[in-house]
Amino acid sequence: MGYPHRPHSRETVVLSEHFGNPEARSYDGWVGMGGYQALEKAVGMDPQTVIDEVKASGLRGRGGAGFPAGVKWDFMPKEKSRPHYLCCNADESEPGTFKDREIMRWTPHGLIEGCAIAAHAIRAETVYIYIRGEFTEAIAIMERALAEAYDRGALGERVLGSGVGIDMYVHRGAGAYICGEETALMNSIEGKRGNPRIRPPFPAAVGVFGMPTTINNVETLASVPHILNRGAKWYKELCLSSPKSSGTKLMSVCGHIAKPGNYEITMGFPMKDLIYDLCGGMRPERTLKAVIPGGSSVPVLNREEAESCVLDYEGCVQQGTMLGSGGMIVFDDSADMVYQMMRIARFYAHESCAQCTQCREGTGWTVRILQRILAGEGTATDLDLLLDIGEQMTGKTICVLSDSCAAPVGSAIHKFRGEFEAYINGARQPVAVAV
Amino acid sequence: MKEQQLVSVTIDGIEISVPKGTMILEAAKQAGVLIPHYCYHPGLPIAGVCRMCLVEIEGAPKLQIGCATRVADGQKVLVNESEEAKRARQGVLEFLLIHHPLDCPICDQAGECELQDYVFQEGQSRTRYSPHFAKRFNPVEDFGGDILYVPNRCILCTRCVRFMDHVADDGILNVSERGDRAYIGMHPDRELDHPWSGNVVDLCPVGSLISKEFLHKARAWELDKTPSVCTGCSQGCNVNLETRGNQVVRIKPRPNLDVNRYFMCDHGRLTYRAMSRGDRLEAPLVADRGELGAVDWDQALSRAAAAIQGAEGRAVALVSPGCSNEALYLVRRLLSSFEMVGAFSVQRVEGEVPLAGVPGLALREERAPNAAGARALGFDTTYDTAVAAVNGAALVVLLDDALEGRELDMLAGARTVIYVGTTLPDAARTAHIVLPVATAAEEEGTFVNRDGRVQRYFQAKSGPAMARPAWWVLSELLHELEMGDPLTAAEEAFEQLAADEPAFTGLSYATIGLRGARARKGQAAGAER
Repeated sequence: MGYPHRPHSRETVVLSEHFGNPEARSYDGWVGMGGYQALEKAVGMDPQTVIDEVKASGLRGRGGAGFPAGVKWDFMPKEKSRPHYLCCNADESEPGTFKDREIMRWTPHGLIEGCAIAAHAIRAETVYIYIRGEFTEAIAIMERALAEAYDRGALGERVLGSGVGIDMYVHRGAGAYICGEETALMNSIEGKRGNPRIRPPFPAAVGVFGMPTTINNVETLASVPHILNRGAKWYKELCLSSPKSSGTKLMSVCGHIAKPGNYEITMGFPMKDLIYDLCGGMRPERTLKAVIPGGSSVPVLNREEAESCVLDYEGCVQQGTMLGSGGMIVFDDSADMVYQMMRIARFYAHESCAQCTQCREGTGWTVRILQRILAGEGTATDLDLLLDIGEQMTGKTICVLSDSCAAPVGSAIHKFRGEFEAYINGARQPVAVAV
Repeated sequence: MKEQQLVSVTIDGIEISVPKGTMILEAAKQAGVLIPHYCYHPGLPIAGVCRMCLVEIEGAPKLQIGCATRVADGQKVLVNESEEAKRARQGVLEFLLIHHPLDCPICDQAGECELQDYVFQEGQSRTRYSPHFAKRFNPVEDFGGDILYVPNRCILCTRCVRFMDHVADDGILNVSERGDRAYIGMHPDRELDHPWSGNVVDLCPVGSLISKEFLHKARAWELDKTPSVCTGCSQGCNVNLETRGNQVVRIKPRPNLDVNRYFMCDHGRLTYRAMSRGDRLEAPLVADRGELGAVDWDQALSRAAAAIQGAEGRAVALVSPGCSNEALYLVRRLLSSFEMVGAFSVQRVEGEVPLAGVPGLALREERAPNAAGARALGFDTTYDTAVAAVNGAALVVLLDDALEGRELDMLAGARTVIYVGTTLPDAARTAHIVLPVATAAEEEGTFVNRDGRVQRYFQAKSGPAMARPAWWVLSELLHELEMGDPLTAAEEAFEQLAADEPAFTGLSYATIGLRGARARKGQAAGAER
C-alpha cells in the first residue's frame, strides 16, 4: 500500500516526509533517514533541558486541547519518589481524524523515539502506547518496530548505551471512543471500565496506577525528535499567523472534497488554500457549504467562516470553533445538515460512557429530536429545545463528550436554521432514518 | 491530636469555618444548606457523576460539583442563591426523568425517594421529553439475596456499585452498556447474597434496588422511626426500628461513625421478624396445684415477693445476654441477700463476617447485644456450673433465658422458680411464677457492645397485653420486698446502676445520648475478661 498522494509543494513536510516509504518502517531505514539522533542527544541531556527546549519550541498538544506540551511535562514531580508514566494517546477515534494512524503506519520509529525522549524528560521509566483497537495494521507495525527498537538497544535498561532505562508497551484499545479521553484511557490501561475520572487530582499527580503520569497525543510526541534535531527556534518559526501556534499540523481532510487525505501545513495556513489548492477543491459542480475543522466535536463553520479561517489554535477560536485534532470534515451543497448533525449526535449517544446525567440522557434525547425533525414530525419549539438541552450539556460534566455533542448541533442550528425549519414546516420531504 | 487548619467559606451568605480539605457539599451541610445530590454518599468513595450538586463559586469560570470540590479560604459559594446552579439542577432532574417511570404510587421508595423529593422541591412541573419517544425499558431483575433491581427506576448514581467494590470488597456489580442504555449489571455467576448486601437498598436514592422482605409492605410515610440498637450480635450497630401501627416492619441502620458508620448486616435486618412473634407471654402466671394460671400483676408480684422472702440459701440467676443492663442490674439487687450464682449463655456462630471497608465492623460470633453488659454486671459464662447449681437451690430467677436444648425437668430440683421473660420455653413450664416482660423493641434501656460502648435504645412499640419492661417488673418486686422505691422510668434504674456499678460510673442517659458513650476512662464497661 503506497501513500495516497505526493506532498503538495505548499505543504511543510516534517512528520509526513516519509509517508509512503516502507523503508522508514525498519530500524535501519529510520536510522538512515536521521532517526534516533534526537534520542541519543536527549539521553545525554538533563531532563529539564529537554523540557525547556520543548517549551521554547511552542509545541502544543495535537490531540485537541492544544495545551503546551512542555508546560505539561513541567507539571511532573521533579523529585522522583514513585514511578512516573508516559502514556501515548493513539486511540484516534475522533470522527474525521486519521493522522495518528498514518504516523504509526509509516514512521513507527519516529513515534517510539518521541515517546522515549518525552519519557526521559518527565523521568518516566515506562511508556504505554494506547492504540485504538481497530488500527490492526498500525498495531502490527508498532509492535514490530518496538521489538526491533528493543533488539537494537534503543529501548530497555540502557537506552542507546546511556544510563537511562525506558520500557515501552503497546496497549490495544477495545473500541470505545471515550477511551481517547486521557483519564478514561488511564482507567482502560489499568483494566477498568474506560470512564473519565474527576479532576483534580490531575494525571501529573495521580495518573495511571495512581502514579504521576503525562499523556500526549501521537502527533505531539512524533514532533519532539524534530524539535531536538533542528532546534526550538526552527520550530517556533514555523508559524504563519499567531505566534502562539507554531510548528506543523497534519490536517486530515475528508468528506465532500476532491482529494481527501492528510496534509501537513504550517500553523496559520489559510483553510481556503487547504481546501481549494492542496485538496483540489470541491467535487465538480459542487460548492462548499460547511466545514467542521477539528473532528466532529467542534462547532460547524459555514462557507464564509471556513474561507476566512486561519488554521491554527487562535484562528479557529476567532471563527468560533476549535482546531481540535485537525480532522476536517467538509460538506458541499449536497449535504443535508440536519441529517449530518443527527448522525454525529448518534455517534456521541452511542459512545457516552453513561457516568454524567447530562451526557447519558442528553445525547440520546438530542438524537431523538433530530430524528423526529428528519421524519417531518418536528415542532416549532424543537430547535429551541435542542439549544436548551445543548446548553445543559455544556460545561457541566466530567469530560467534554457531552459538550462535543452539543457544539456541532448547536452551531448548525444557528448557521443552518433554514434547513431545520424546512423539515419542520413541511417544505422539505421527510427522510427515513433508521432508529 | 494535630490541630486542624480551618478555612472560612461563605455558603449562600452563611459564613462558616471548616477544616481545610472539606468538600463544599459537607461544608454546606454544616452551614445548614443541603446541596441536592445523588451519587455522593459520605460512606462511599466520591464518584462525581450525577452532576446534581453543581454550585456556583464566585470567580470560577463554570459551575463546580460540591461533592468533589474542596473549600478554599474566603470562597463564596452559591447554592440556592445562584440562578445558574438552580437551572443546572433543574436540567439534571429533567434528564433523570426521561427514563424514570412515574410509578411512585406503586414504588416502595415513594416518600423517601431523593428523586421525588428534589423534583418536588425544585423540578419543573412538566417534562419536555416527548411522550412519543421511547423510554428505556428493562424487566425487573432478581439480584438474589433480599434484593430486586428495577432498572427502569435506576438513575445510575453507582452508589451500589461503589458499595460492593470498595466497602464490601466483592465487586459483583457494575455499570453495563453505555449511554442511555446503561444499567446496573451483575456478575453472571453470582448473586447479590453478600452478608452485607442489604445496604445497597438503603444506599439507592430511588426505588431501583428494593428489599423483597419489605416489598409492598408499607408506605414510607406511614412508618415511625425509633432509635435503637441492633440485637443481632455484640457489635451493637445503631439502628432505627421502623414501625407501622404496632409492628416493626423493617430495621434500617442509623449512622454512627464510631460503631457502624452507615451500615448494618443482613442478619441484623432480619431480627425484625422476631419482634412480631406470636407466642409471647401476655399475662403473669402463677402455679396453682402444678397448673400455671393467669393472675393480675398485684397478685403475681406479691406471690413472687412472698416466695423470695421465704427462701433461704443459694440463689441461681440464669439471664439472657439480650436483656438490658437495667434489668440485669435489678436482678442482681433482687438476689443480693442470697449467695448468688449468676450466668448467661450466649449463642456463638463460628466465624465473624466483617464488612471489609469499615475496620472494626463485623457480624460478630456472639449473637447477642449485651453479653458485655452481663459480664460487667457480674454474670459469667460458666453456664453449665450455674445450671448444675439449680438442683437444690432455694431460688432460681430466670431472666428471659430461652433454656435452649435443656431438659424439661431441669428446674425440678429448685424450691422456687421465677421466670421473667418474653416467651415461655418448654423447659420453664415448671416455673412457679411467670412474669411477662417487654422485648428490646418494647422498652427503653441500654446495652454494652463488645467494645465497651454503652448505648441506649428506645421503645418502638407497645408490648403485648400485660407484658411490662423488665426494669419495671423487677423494681416493683424490689419495692414489694421493701428493698427500694418503685421506679417510674428506665432512666432511674440506670441512675442507680451508674451509682453502684464501677463499670458504669459517670454515665447517664443524657451523656450516652443517641451516640453511645464509654464509661469513665480506665474503667471500660464490659471489657472482656
